[in-house]
Amino acid sequence: MKIAFTSKGKDWDAPIDPRFGRTEYFFIYDEASGGSRIVDNTDVTYEAHGAGPKTAQRLFGEKAEILITGNGPGGNAASVLEKAGMRIYTGAGEMSVKEAYEAYKKGDLKQF
Amino acid sequence: MKIAVASGKGGTGKTTLSTNLASFLAESRETVLADLDVEEPNSGLFIRAEAGGEEDKYKMIPEWDAGKCTLCGICREVCNFNAITQIMDEIMVFPQLCHSCYACSELCPRDALPMKKQKMGVLRYFKQGNLSFVESELDIGEEQAVPLIAQTIAYVDRHCPGDVIKIFDAPPGTSCPVIEATKDADLVILVTEPTPVGLHDLSLAVETMKALKRDFCVVINRDGLGNADVESYCVRENIPVIAKIPNQRSIAEFYSDGKLLYHEISAVKDALEKIIAYIDARPGAGKTEKGAE
Repeated sequence: MKIAFTSKGKDWDAPIDPRFGRTEYFFIYDEASGGSRIVDNTDVTYEAHGAGPKTAQRLFGEKAEILITGNGPGGNAASVLEKAGMRIYTGAGEMSVKEAYEAYKKGDLKQF
Repeated sequence: MKIAVASGKGGTGKTTLSTNLASFLAESRETVLADLDVEEPNSGLFIRAEAGGEEDKYKMIPEWDAGKCTLCGICREVCNFNAITQIMDEIMVFPQLCHSCYACSELCPRDALPMKKQKMGVLRYFKQGNLSFVESELDIGEEQAVPLIAQTIAYVDRHCPGDVIKIFDAPPGTSCPVIEATKDADLVILVTEPTPVGLHDLSLAVETMKALKRDFCVVINRDGLGNADVESYCVRENIPVIAKIPNQRSIAEFYSDGKLLYHEISAVKDALEKIIAYIDARPGAGKTEKGAE
């Protein structure tokens, strides 16, 4: 599975960004290969409107299948992610990326 | 002459001033009051007037025609508001993000995004003696105030042309709805209270009005509260403070009963007279406004 985490930094110890649309980065982990990469989303800061759909569109381009985040996406972004068939887990807002991944593995995160 | 009553901070007395000023003016001359705080209009609570009627208001939103679309993606690229997203072979339109700019619709090579009417709210009008009162209210769930504010001002321009004082009760804040409500005003009255928060938000409103190149002045409400920092700020910035309304419990009591104040409280009547004198002394006062019809 290819898993995207909303994150405030670029490594496993970075805190999860609780926001979806205005997350600073995506930390994308590919379970199959064990590799990870960073997607910079900081340009969305300058969007007055529609951060959610824009970020959702970007994430769709990354072909992730699972999204792990904090508060969960808003209505517009959620409808895009749903169309894209994304599985979304929330409640990781206070964790690091690593802790969020462990919580997901244990089934401790809430499916959106 | 168009006079917008704005504030920066919410709850400083825009509606109190707008309704009292308009009603007082209407005792001697033709006056229009328009409630442009379309997200939560409340001037109507203080105006006893005969309902004249109402009309639904619409904005234009693109509607995707899947049969014509070739998924070229131009619509998504030209949208400045992220109102269009493309997921696989589907174009999604978010009406709440759309600013009705027509770019996607006009630039679509296949005409696959025709603009369609969508109801966003309602405009109501009332009449009592010399006072015409217009208010608009957004439908529940609608996020954008600007198109409805623009249509309400257009309604006032169309139905009340010429030498009439028009008071616009603006929304709070300094964002797009306030810009729309004040951008054509001949004078903007910024209502503030003499507190640190009042000063902070007043200074934001002042910066906004400077950027818009509006003529503006300040009315201090709840005078006697807080400190003198608002007044020193206005002196420093060379902003006229044209009137003060005292901080008085009886004002809050009349307000909470939905009553106008100037018949009951002489200090309010004095403040209104000062404001009207300031308005009447302005160049252009009493002349037919240009471009009204």
